Order: sequence, then C-alpha cells, then structure tokens
Amino acid sequence: MTLACTNPTMSHASQFRAQLCHSLIMSVARVKRDHGETSVPTRQEMVLMAHLMRRAGFGEPHADLIVHASKGYESVVEELLHPKDQPPIDEELMYRILPGYEGALGPPISQADWMFRMVNTQRPLEEKIALFWHQMFATSNSKVDNPPEIGRQIAMFREYGLGSYRDLLIELAKSPAMIFWLDNHGNHDGAINENWGRELLELFSLGVGNYTEDDIKEASRAFTGWTIAPKIPRNPLGRFYWNFEYKPEDHDNEEKTFLGNTGNLNGEDIMQIIVNQPASARFLARHLYRFFVADEPDVSSWNSTPPNDPEAIEVLVDAYNESQGDIRSILRVLFNSDFFKNSLYAKVKSPAELIVGTVRIAGNYEGFRPGFNNLALECAWQGQELLNPPSVEGWHTGAAWIDAGALMRRVNFAAGVMGDTSHPGVKTIINTVRMQETQSPQMLVSQCLDSMGPLQVSDITLKELLTHALKDGELMWDTPEQIEFSEERVARLLALIAASRDYQFA
Amino acid sequence: MASTNKEPVLVVLQLTGANDYLNTIVPYTNGHYWDARPKVNIPEHQVVPIDNELAFRSDMDQFKDIYDKGKMAIIHGVGFENSPRSHFRAMDIWHTCETNKIGTDGWIAKVIRDLDPTGENVLKGVNFGQGLPRAMTMRGVPVTSVNHLASYGVFSSVSGINSQDERTQLLDSFARMYSPAIGTGPTMEYLGQTGLDALRGADIIKVAPQKYSSTVEYPTTSIATNFKDVAQVHLADLGTQVFYTSYGPFDTHFNQGGSHAKLWIDISEAVDCFFADLREHNASDNVVMLVFSEFGRRVKDNGTGTDHGAAGVAFVIGDQVNGGMYSSYPSLKPEHLTQGDLEPNYDFRGLYSTVIDKWMGLDAVPIVGGQFEQMAFI
Repeated sequence: MTLACTNPTMSHASQFRAQLCHSLIMSVARVKRDHGETSVPTRQEMVLMAHLMRRAGFGEPHADLIVHASKGYESVVEELLHPKDQPPIDEELMYRILPGYEGALGPPISQADWMFRMVNTQRPLEEKIALFWHQMFATSNSKVDNPPEIGRQIAMFREYGLGSYRDLLIELAKSPAMIFWLDNHGNHDGAINENWGRELLELFSLGVGNYTEDDIKEASRAFTGWTIAPKIPRNPLGRFYWNFEYKPEDHDNEEKTFLGNTGNLNGEDIMQIIVNQPASARFLARHLYRFFVADEPDVSSWNSTPPNDPEAIEVLVDAYNESQGDIRSILRVLFNSDFFKNSLYAKVKSPAELIVGTVRIAGNYEGFRPGFNNLALECAWQGQELLNPPSVEGWHTGAAWIDAGALMRRVNFAAGVMGDTSHPGVKTIINTVRMQETQSPQMLVSQCLDSMGPLQVSDITLKELLTHALKDGELMWDTPEQIEFSEERVARLLALIAASRDYQFA
Repeated sequence: MASTNKEPVLVVLQLTGANDYLNTIVPYTNGHYWDARPKVNIPEHQVVPIDNELAFRSDMDQFKDIYDKGKMAIIHGVGFENSPRSHFRAMDIWHTCETNKIGTDGWIAKVIRDLDPTGENVLKGVNFGQGLPRAMTMRGVPVTSVNHLASYGVFSSVSGINSQDERTQLLDSFARMYSPAIGTGPTMEYLGQTGLDALRGADIIKVAPQKYSSTVEYPTTSIATNFKDVAQVHLADLGTQVFYTSYGPFDTHFNQGGSHAKLWIDISEAVDCFFADLREHNASDNVVMLVFSEFGRRVKDNGTGTDHGAAGVAFVIGDQVNGGMYSSYPSLKPEHLTQGDLEPNYDFRGLYSTVIDKWMGLDAVPIVGGQFEQMAFI
C-alpha cells in the first residue's frame, strides 16, 4: 500500500481516497474468497495491472483484471509477450457472421475488421504492437487506395511485430502496400526513386542526422528490383491483392557504399547494416518509450530534443543491443522496468485506445455483432482513421490528439457508452455497487472508479464526483422506482468519470 | 473587395465522391458528348440551355435562376496536373493544396488562423457534419464541428437525461472538472482549456436556434438541414467567417441516372432556400459560397454509370459574385483527353486564391503555397 492513507493533514478528497483503498481491498477479497483462491491482489497490484493492460493492450473489465493481478505481474507480462499461447480470433466464424468485413474496399467498413480484433482479442499485445508499427511505419489509404492490401500489412505486423527488428524491416520492404505508398515500384536500376530509401532511414530506422544524402541514394540502389508483380486491373471486378516480386534484371548489381560498408549490397544487407547502427537502437527505443511509456515531443524534433528520461532510453538501448534487436526482449525489459511502472497516466489516450478501452469495459461490443464500422468511424471522427494515417510521419500524438472538436467527441462517446444502463458491463458495475454492504455516496464513487480502472483521479475530479454523488444521498434499492433511480445514478457517475480529464489519459 | 461593411463570410460545400461534370453543365450540342455518353446522358428534353453549347440539367432549375440573376460564377475545367483517380488522394490535395507530398495542414484552417491569429473565437470556423475535414485541421487552430445544431453540446450523447435541470447540473460538473488546476502539468491544463473552449463554443452556438425565425421552409434532406444550421449560426452573428459542409455520395459508377439527379435536386433546393433565408434577414450580401468536388468523371460512360475522371466544375455563388462563366470547358475531342478524361485547364489553387485574396482579404500565397492565376468572379 503506497497511498498515504494515514496522513493527518490530508484534504477531504485524500481522506476519501483512504476510504477508497479500504473498500477496494474488501471487494477484491470478496471476489477472491468466492473463487476459492488464496492470493489477494493488493490495491497497488490492481492499479499496476490496470496500467499494464491499458498500455500493453486496451484495458479490461475489473473481473478480468483481478484474475490477471492474482497471477503476478511478471507472469502476465510473459503471457502478453507470447500472444500465440492464447486462442486466436476465429476468422472463419467472424467472416461468416460479418461477411462484409473480409476484403472490404472502402472506409469505414474496411477498418471494422481491425476494430473487431482490438475489442475482442485474447492477445491484446498482438493488436497493440500492430498499432505501434502502423504508427511508426505509417502507410495510408489516401494514396494506396486498397484497404485489403494495407490490412495484409497490419496482419504482417501481428506476425512479425514482436520478433526481430531486422526481419520486420525486410518484410516491410516486401509489403506491396509499402512499395506502392513510397514508390519503390518506380525505383529502377539506373533510375532510382529515393522515396522509400529516404523514409526507411529518416522515419523507420535511423532518424534524421544519422545518415547522408549519399546513404539514401545507395540504399535506394540496393532496393532496385524490389517491386510489385503486375496488378490485376481494378475494373470490372474490384480490388485484388498485390504481390511482392523481386526482379533481378532491374536490380542494380554494382558496388555500393552504405554507412561505410562497401559491396554489391542488396536490400537484406542494407537492413543488416541498419540494425547494427547505434542510432537505430536509440531511435526504436524512443519510439517504444513514446508509444508504451510516456508522451514525448514529436519525432521530427528528436534530432535536437533530448528524451525526457534519458536513462530509460539507455536501458532500452541496452536491451536492444543484448538481444540484437529482438522486440519481445526489449518490451520485456520495458514492461518490467520501474520507469514503466511509475508512468501512470503519462500518456494521452489515442482515439483507438479511448474507444476500444471504453467498449471493453462497457461490454457492448463483445463477440460477433454488427456495428464495428461505427466504432471505426468514431475513431476517424476523433482524429485517428485506421489504415489512413495523415502522412508517412504517422499521427501526432500526446496533447496533439486533443482539440475542441476531438475532445467533445471523446467526451460524448465515452460518457454515452458508460452512461447507458443497458450495456452488460454497466449492468455488472451496477450489480457490484448494489452488492455492497454500505450504500453511501462515497462507496458509489469508489466502486465506479474501481470498476473503470482502478482509476486514480485528481483531487479536483474526485471532489466533483463526490459532490455529485452526495446530492442524492444513500442509494436505495427497495422499490422499482428506487432501483431505477439508483441504476441511473450509477450510470450517471460512470458517465461523469468517462467525461473527466483524467479519463483522457492511458 | 466588394461593397459590404460586414466581415466577409465563406461557405464551402464539398461534393464528396467526384461529381460528373459532363452531366452537371451539359455540352448538349457537342457530338463527342453524345458519342461518349450513349447511355448516361441528359436527354435534350431535360436540359436548360445557358447558351448554344452548354446547359444545366433541368433538375437544377434553381441554379439556373441564380445564374440568370448574375449571382453565380461557373468555373470550368478545375483541377490540377497529374490528377490522381483516387478519391482520397485527390481530396487530400484539395484540402491541403499539397500536390506532390502528403500535406497535413488544411487550407481552411490557415484561413481561420489568419482571420483570428490568437484563436480567440472558437466559432471562427464551423464545420457541419461528422468529424473535421482535413481542410479545417491544423495544430493550434481551434475550430468547431457540429453534427446537429439542435442537439449539439457536451453530454448530448448521454441517454435518459430527463430535465434541463439535470443537464445543467452535469454541464456544471463538467465545467468544474475542467477548471484550471495549478501544478497538474501542461497537458492537464491544456485539456482543461480545451474542454472549457468546447463548452463555451457549445454554449454560444446554442443561442443560434433560439434567436432564429424564418418563413423559409427547408426540405428535410441532410444538406438542407446543414444549410439551415449554417443560416442560423450566421444570422446569430457569432463572428463565424468560414462554414464547411459536405454532401454526397457522388461516386456514381452504377445506375448514375436517378442518384445523380436526386443529389442535384437536393443541392439546388437547399442552396436556394439558404440564400432566400439570408435575404429575408438582409444578411446575404457578405456571404459567398464555394462548391467543389475532388474531380470529375470519365467522358465515356460504362453502361450505367461513369468512372473516375479528372477536370471538374466549381461554382461560386453570392450577391457579390460577378456571375458568368470562367475558364473554358475542356475539349471533348478524343485526341485531347488524358486517359479518357477531360484535361484540367484551371488550377484549383487559383480558385482558392481568388476567394482568399479578393473575398476574405487575406494573402493567398502562403495559404495555397504559391502564386496562381486569379479570376474576376469577385
């Protein structure tokens, strides 16, 4: 227990927080007793597990958190790092029930498949790491105009996203969506197109300042001949998948010098040289830190702006070097580090995190049901259209997710979902509240915060939630009218929490 | 700038999905049109001639009226070089004025920034629709996006709020939760400010429907509803200078006939009602409307519809507009087509520049990214 439960000078809100500690422990203990288990997660363990699941996944309902927390933090980290130990999404069943989702050609239905997976996956980190790479290797439908092909790139991120960075970069270079997006199909022996070569070095691996213009040209030469097989015309039947093709006759077979290495280099050689560079280790470490740990300045400023926590970056760089760029190993170090465990609420949720996290708690999108295209649309309206990032630089994150229009949407979405008493997850929370021995307004606030996290909120928010709860006194459940009113009070409080500033943070 | 002492107001209507230029302003006496459009054409008894070459389709008779009164400029052959046939890419280009690289800052957002550099009025630019178009996005430029004016506001999504009293209590709670909190960090403070901005915007804009009354009866289409919302906010005098809304889908690959006609009936009615409403309130002389689509459609039809093309047509409408035709209709001769499409002969950035410079009174060069030929329609 690290919260200051006994501080004599504490404010009204902090006193309440102390009560909250107690009531949480009691409710967790009760669940444990009911399940016949012996280890009872402490509040701190629950808070930390909620943090881990929000960052490594998209959050989860309270009951699942208790199960996870009682397994122990490090074993849950291992579980997350090995997604294939968990059952996959049943694609056959999915596409039978939601046939429009497979190979959908236009937004938002083309984004619904991924939304479904993020909400319903039992492999949260598999989806989260795919989102990470989609952000870092941003490929956009605005130009590619072939959502199923970008979908295949996302599937590749699921497959390779936790493995070797080198292998992933090679797969990326072979991704037809990427080849088309950065014009490598126009990169020929004797007539190079530098687009892919430049972004590979600037945005996907080394970062500005760690290579020369000549390195871009030489890397581009090494990737000549990496192209797309002739496409099946779009009309009259629609879009077809594209296929990677290596054309030796269009590959520049002369000597090249890239970052000091000379030889008849091909694409694979370039990737090996790249991943051996200290700059790559550092660049990837900063990306992982920014996505999983805490908001950082925009990537474009990294050349001149040091990281907020240089020591953490060094720890990740060491993990990169020791594992030769094995993403799983780096993430193991990251999730088990103190800097991660101390980074509660240090990130503004992306729209995907906010939306998926909210419906996972509310349970209103559980399983095969229609409507994931609506979630995808909502995500776009909040500023993150999946498969269509604004540019090759990906989305601007952190505070840049927020403007008046986006915030209004975030608040209205989350409050609308959590404030609806018909959603199964909201019903569960109502029942949990109703089961409590005391029915005080303080209990109402503490149970609602626990059920949506456990969330720790600022004093200003806590005070307002209490004020709101106090105005109608104790909850009563004797008559149908009282039950209806009490249910609404719970839902209203959940809506207020979902509307708070604190809820905007992951 | 034209003679009005009020602040200039721009209303942008985006026709999403690529409007068929050839069946909007119909080259009804051109043999190539009839050769290329054996199935998807506007038959002679359904055209309303403008001159002996071009005609409106008859579903647009309100547009014809506005044109005859000299309050509509038809801008021919609008587009840009190497027009992509992708909706998304083309729309991005229209939104950001970046034809070669992927841009992120919207041209309307830059206009709003230059009109209100300190971002004082969160209603300087208002979008009606779901989500912000990229044209209106730029970091640090506050804009407001309204789905339905009547129900716009924080907590509008929460079901079961039965009384105004309860709504007020929730909004008060929201305001207190977002009030300045010292020492909570810059992001918390920024969130607080933005939350209060959103609340303020919603609070100010809600007076618009309360103040509004009109004898004009708008149709029930979504475009008419959006224009009615625009009219209400404009008439409430809240300092809004740019309005944005979209209509569609114009992507008529199949069975174009009925759907394309319906879209233009809806638009003509809505635009007509909108200006009638403004005139009734003596508030039309400082409003100019720009109507555009991301590109036109293929000259040759595909049997029941048309595929993606290049050059399109734009309209600029308003009391201060010098009506008439500008630029020229691109040649329909097969040897003049590019991949079967009309070749654009007027860069859309010239169209924007004219509006930005001559109407909004701003320097267009930094907004559209260069000097482009302006026209005399304003």
